[in-house]
Amino acid sequence: MTLLQVSDLHSRYGQVEALSGISFEVGDGEIVALLGSNGAGKTTTLRTITGLHRARSGRVEFDGRDITRLDAHKVVAAGLGHVPEGRRVFPALNVAENLLLGGYLRRRDRSAVAARREEVYEMFPRLGERRGQLAGLLSGGEQQMLAIGRALMLRPRLLALDEPTMGLAPQMAQQVLRVIREIRGQGATILIVEQNAHQTLRLADRAYVLETGRIVLSGPASELAQDDRVKAAYLGGDPAIEAQ
Amino acid sequence: MSEFVQYLVNGLTIGAFLALIALGYSMIYGVVRLINFAHGDVFMIGAFAGFGTLTTLGVTGGMALPAIVAAVLVGALATGVVGTGIAKAAYVPLLASPRLALLIAAIGVSLALQEGVKVLTDARFKSYPNTLDGGQIFSGSVRVTWGQLALVVLSVALMAGLWLFVTRTVTGTAMRALAMDRDAARLQGINVERLILVTFFIGSLLAGAAGVMYGLYYVQISFGMGFLIGLRAFTAAVLGGIGNLPGTMVAGVAIGLVQSFSAGYVSSRWTDVIIFGLLIGVLALRPTGLFGERVVERA
Repeated sequence: MTLLQVSDLHSRYGQVEALSGISFEVGDGEIVALLGSNGAGKTTTLRTITGLHRARSGRVEFDGRDITRLDAHKVVAAGLGHVPEGRRVFPALNVAENLLLGGYLRRRDRSAVAARREEVYEMFPRLGERRGQLAGLLSGGEQQMLAIGRALMLRPRLLALDEPTMGLAPQMAQQVLRVIREIRGQGATILIVEQNAHQTLRLADRAYVLETGRIVLSGPASELAQDDRVKAAYLGGDPAIEAQ
Repeated sequence: MSEFVQYLVNGLTIGAFLALIALGYSMIYGVVRLINFAHGDVFMIGAFAGFGTLTTLGVTGGMALPAIVAAVLVGALATGVVGTGIAKAAYVPLLASPRLALLIAAIGVSLALQEGVKVLTDARFKSYPNTLDGGQIFSGSVRVTWGQLALVVLSVALMAGLWLFVTRTVTGTAMRALAMDRDAARLQGINVERLILVTFFIGSLLAGAAGVMYGLYYVQISFGMGFLIGLRAFTAAVLGGIGNLPGTMVAGVAIGLVQSFSAGYVSSRWTDVIIFGLLIGVLALRPTGLFGERVVERA
């Protein structure tokens, strides 16, 4: 069953076209990756889907419902969680408060939010230990855990992750990827945006490759990992690009 | 010595309502990055709302504590509603526009409020009934009345209430989060537009309460009263570090004391020279306010 269906999505910043007709789909329970270099339109795709950026044209359907023109806060309510690029935790709020806001839409049910927060602490023991600490003082990896935990507070049906391992030490990055597998194991569907094709293709079921606002390749992750063009561009290619 | 104590008491009273106004500047700046130039005029609206309440209640003078409390609360609520309406009509439609557009809208709102009240009042001063003189707690060399104490207690209660709201409730926490990162707030399901209106409601409510207090304290009110007081309160907000609520409260009281002592020991003609000299000094030397930047930058 298709959970997210994106059809011919166009988007622009001012006069600059960022997405020139993107179409893809994410099935229920899948991990789907959007790969591409800096500026290919990966982040814009996520921001347009989740309502942070307005689509020029095209259509986004989530669980059979048209969400193309919904405001971001209503997209969240529809069950689509978004962990944005750069983590974007609330730096001057503590860990517990950040998670509390993740459950903002359930705020009338305090005990449910508190219980869910305990589950998130179980999933990320590090966050439980640091619940009283300001988010801005956490390490990058801990902040990424917090950003993911915050998005999980509402048990989204689909979790969109924007470069979740960017800027993390390799060990931390591995931990984040483990957590993502675990989340999928609990029944969530995952859409992940990454520059690092290597590790992402090992994680994903299927992938799409973006170049300058268009999808140029798509297929099962295992096949794309063997594709010469992908290898040349993202795997064996310029280490400087991968390091970014 | 008794002179000093008297100035101190007056300064604390004035400072209490300056702090209330300054908090509005600070909160509104936090969520929309707008220095709301109309905030002083919203304060003026509060003074007239309180005047209307007292007139309706038929208060003519003497110590009337229940009437004072009623006027402050009704005036505050009415001002909160007006401030929210202004935000909805003039600011919310411009949220996605460049910030200069918001600033110009605020100046327009300020002029409209002043001119509107000017027409409605025939540009005359209105006089509050004298409710603070009776019922002295101390008399003789230092004069403190129950009414004066009531003003200080009310503003402290309002500030404590604000503090509890901002730190202990989910909505208050969401407001702080919105001030830090608007997009991240939207991704938590926060209806940003509505939360901005809530912020304007609370900020205007506090300014309205201060307006009524000003009327009770100084007796005379007029359409133009918000300009200078607004600038003094703005100075307090900058001094306290705009967006930093505890700092703003302390700085509001400090500016009240500066005003009282400068009027007492120097001359009231110099009061604003000193206050705005302070503003320029702070902007030049410590633009994040005396208490420095409290917000932790994103790592």
